[in-house]
Amino acid sequence: MHGTLRQPTSNPFQLVEPTVAKKDFDVSYVAHLARLELASAEAESLGRQLGQVLAYMAKLEELDVAQVEPTAHAVPLANVTRPDEIRPSLSNADALRNAPASNDGLFVVPKIVE
Amino acid sequence: MDYEPVIGLETHVQLRTQSKMWCGCANAFGAPPNTHVCPVCLGLPGVLPVANDAALRLTVLTGLLLRCEIPPRAKFDRKNYFYPDMPKNYQLTQYDQPSAMGGYVEFEFQGRIERVRLTRIHLEEDVGKSFHFDRHSGVDFNRAGVPLLEIVSEPDLTSAEMAYAYLNALKDILIYGGVSDCDMEKGMVRCDVNVSVRPAGSRGLGAKIELKNLNSFSGVRQALEHEISRQIKVLNRGGALVQSTRRWDEVLGVTEEMRTKEDAHDYRYFPDPDLMPLEPTEAWLAEVREGVVELPLARKQRFMHDYQLPAADAQSFVDDPTLGDYFERIARGAANAKAVANWVINDLRARLADSGWGLHDLKFEPRGILELVGLVERGQLSHKLAQEVFAQMFRTGRSPAAIVKERRLAQVSDTAALEAFCDQALAAHPGPVNDYRSGKTAALNFLKGQVMKLSQGKANPALVGEILERKLREPTPSSS
Repeated sequence: MHGTLRQPTSNPFQLVEPTVAKKDFDVSYVAHLARLELASAEAESLGRQLGQVLAYMAKLEELDVAQVEPTAHAVPLANVTRPDEIRPSLSNADALRNAPASNDGLFVVPKIVE
Repeated sequence: MDYEPVIGLETHVQLRTQSKMWCGCANAFGAPPNTHVCPVCLGLPGVLPVANDAALRLTVLTGLLLRCEIPPRAKFDRKNYFYPDMPKNYQLTQYDQPSAMGGYVEFEFQGRIERVRLTRIHLEEDVGKSFHFDRHSGVDFNRAGVPLLEIVSEPDLTSAEMAYAYLNALKDILIYGGVSDCDMEKGMVRCDVNVSVRPAGSRGLGAKIELKNLNSFSGVRQALEHEISRQIKVLNRGGALVQSTRRWDEVLGVTEEMRTKEDAHDYRYFPDPDLMPLEPTEAWLAEVREGVVELPLARKQRFMHDYQLPAADAQSFVDDPTLGDYFERIARGAANAKAVANWVINDLRARLADSGWGLHDLKFEPRGILELVGLVERGQLSHKLAQEVFAQMFRTGRSPAAIVKERRLAQVSDTAALEAFCDQALAAHPGPVNDYRSGKTAALNFLKGQVMKLSQGKANPALVGEILERKLREPTPSSS
């Protein structure tokens, strides 16, 4: 690993606390975040399955990682950059080719309201 | 009860790069929609974003300019949300390990130097632009992936006016550093505002209200003025404020609620697995440090101190840095820098504006202004004629000395010659002479004017005044 070992920083994963057991998370909330519509039977079975996955992952808790730096990468690489140079873009027609709907060069989407 | 506002700003600034943050599409405003797009910034499957070196440098340069700490390591995270302005359904940003921490912005405000602390500066990508039609919306991704800084201030601002001054100071610094063009018309700077009010003098913080959709500094000021008085009214009526996000409606001049804390976004940040961390090396930092420039406020203070200029003159040279640089080249060797500043700010700037020229078009040597100042200072040229000489210098590029010699404009300080002009003027205008002698001393100015006319403007006005006064006090009238 790169650099010196440090204390882990605060965990940015807000979805599920690592200590969560089977039932302690809200399947419908997670489904909403992923914009999934679940029937109640699906929510029940997926909730059970997710609970099993989390319980399995909870085994990692047994490891003492206090001295291990959190990392998202297995390779010790840093500072991967490219020079600031313009490269050709797609044509507008190519850019829109996969769009379900387009008009006047724009991607057309359902009306956005925030 | 008296309330005081507590304000913090999140300022988004587009960086001045050629290409976007993760791909080679042009970072340019105003192109036809979806023509600066590619598989990377359209978020097509299987693409690999690679960080733009120039954007990373400009980010750290901003941190250095604003006296931030540059952490040894920064990384990029995914901020997940569903909104069609980002085709990937996440925005790349620096969540818990940004490129710059702390720092501050110093600026003049109401006669004092204020310091607003910064929390952090992080680098992220701009999102696409949406257009709203009756039944659907359209999205242009030309802007998606443009490198965008977010500069987060501490809640150190205490009024709408102060927020406005802070933003202008920040903008000037970023322009000075070449970090961003900060063109408001092109949406290069946008703000989110956090504002709460608390009983005056207390330490706690009230419910934080976030204002969105602010794309001009005057909009920020107006929205804050409105929102502060709205919050105070609610509290004075015995109401309660809850943490929420409100949208500023520029047309109606009001803020309206968008969402409260209960439905705040859950962005589920996590480190981007495609992007490697940034670990600035000493050599790289040294290169970036070369881009650190003198900040506008420091420049103003230096001009006031080194050249003894009044604040307004120094500000002119801050607002127009190339004019200021030009002034400095001349003023370094000047005995009277203030006089040089007057020529540069008044006469030169006016002629440049009239002619449409830039400083690089100037035909005369910079030291020409120094010579001109010298001629006036030594009493060899009246200020009025010096302006004519300057006009000719500007047109032809010839030196002031050459112009003065050729046109015989040199000021007449030869007493005998001036005495003759004075006698002539006194003889020709007995009325004013009598006026002066009967106590109307203002008549002296008229007589002085006549002498200047006779000398075709070349007489030394101070000497003329002395001679006239002496002659008018003589017991025997020289006019008969």
